[in-house]
Amino acid sequence: MSAGPAVRVSDLWVSFPGKGTNGAIRVLEGVSFDVRRGEFVCIVGPSGCGKSTLLNVVAGFLPPTRGTALVEGEPVRGPDPRRIFVFQENGVFPWLTVRQNIEFGLHRRSGADRAALVAHYVEMAGLGGFEDAWPRELSGGMKQRVEIARALAAGPDVLYMDEPFGALDFLTRLKMRSDLVRIWQEERKTILFVTHDLEEAVQLADRVIVLGPRPAGVRETVPIELPRPRDLDSPAYLAARDRIFAAMGVSVRVGGEEPRVRSSP
Amino acid sequence: MTAPDGERRWAVGLPLAVGALLVLVWDLSVRLSGNEIYPKPHEVVAGIVELARKGLLVKYVVASLFRVTVGFGLALLVGIPAGLLLGWFHRLYFAFNPLIQVLRPISPIAWIPLAILWFEVDDRAPIFLIFLASVFPITVSAMAAVQNIQQVYIRAARNFGLGRLELFRRVIFPATLPQVLTGVRIALGVAWLVVVAAEMVAINSGLGYLIIDARNAGKSYHLVVAGMVMIGLIGLGLDLLVRRLERFDEVRWGYGR
Repeated sequence: MSAGPAVRVSDLWVSFPGKGTNGAIRVLEGVSFDVRRGEFVCIVGPSGCGKSTLLNVVAGFLPPTRGTALVEGEPVRGPDPRRIFVFQENGVFPWLTVRQNIEFGLHRRSGADRAALVAHYVEMAGLGGFEDAWPRELSGGMKQRVEIARALAAGPDVLYMDEPFGALDFLTRLKMRSDLVRIWQEERKTILFVTHDLEEAVQLADRVIVLGPRPAGVRETVPIELPRPRDLDSPAYLAARDRIFAAMGVSVRVGGEEPRVRSSP
Repeated sequence: MTAPDGERRWAVGLPLAVGALLVLVWDLSVRLSGNEIYPKPHEVVAGIVELARKGLLVKYVVASLFRVTVGFGLALLVGIPAGLLLGWFHRLYFAFNPLIQVLRPISPIAWIPLAILWFEVDDRAPIFLIFLASVFPITVSAMAAVQNIQQVYIRAARNFGLGRLELFRRVIFPATLPQVLTGVRIALGVAWLVVVAAEMVAINSGLGYLIIDARNAGKSYHLVVAGMVMIGLIGLGLDLLVRRLERFDEVRWGYGR
């Protein structure tokens, strides 16, 4: 590994050819940021701003129109097992059991290695007892755990996560977040996590990168210097959350002014 | 489809009742018509027994199943790889899809004169016709299955560093298997449908031959219907067999709830 940042994005531009005569659709314009090794970074922004596009570029699924993405000092030229993508929708293979899914990226390992790695990540992801279950028998949260275990078992340096908990219910999401932070603390992988949920970003990240509306650039970078485990009621947490809300230009108040109650004379 | 326990009795009882009613109507209408040429149900059963006793039933069934097995087997060997490749490589698709779409609607029966010209009087002609009948549905379903594959599976596989061959073996093949299997089931039905027509020409065994031979012998319409009944029953058996494959965990995810 080089001494530089784990991920370096410099002056990244992405545009798609538009339909008909509308010209190109500009998605990202001049995005630059660094991610330190072992850092947990969340990328937030208004919906449709190009967060997922950005993640697809650094993962190597989409070539940028201009600019570069470096991972561990090397330019990204395509997908690579050293950086694994955890998908928003279901990327778990339904024709394989939980165990076979987690083993999927271990095809170059010996049998004994494979069994040990699977056992380790089954345990870590809370999948004990479900090794031989089929994905269709699992809840959405469990499937997402399989996907995370599969990603980690491959031994990547970087994890890219594209709204991995977006389809889960509120309570499952909270549990998955705290488990993800625990796993990250044990593994110390670099994580780049895209979400549209600002609260989620504040609960998880060391640093939050806020993108503007499309064509998006980095609007602001907000470090979240809160100790873990994070207390979601503490004034420091609420202050950090409000900073992100402010950076997004979102009010933390819901509704308009109440009509003033007139007291009868 | 699963039925609650109480319903299962109906699922067996109702079709049996409908069948019994139909046999009754058949029997009565033949009696009332007074026309000797139409066989009554019990004569058809007697016909099947008679064929079995002479050893012809097994011989004809085996002959027909053999032709279907070889023709259909060849269609699987050609159709599945061809369909997967055509679905994956756009240029192959551009090159061959129009040809397939032109050949597909030509009934295998239309090929009979050419088949006889090429293969003369032996098993190869019906085998060729069965192959033709089943290879297109298999190819087309495999092709469509690859084109409809969830992109997230392909991306995940690439991410884990799979080479092209591994990608085919470990992702594209299993991901398309449920839909391919449905195509295989349809194709098997068509293959069995065609075996009878294929055996009506220039062959001296098989269930199709039985029907034509019995007709030519005159006054043997009970054997004609016996042949028809056997074809129907075996067709049902083949379909149930392939349906069983759809219950395996490796493909069950592909068939909804």
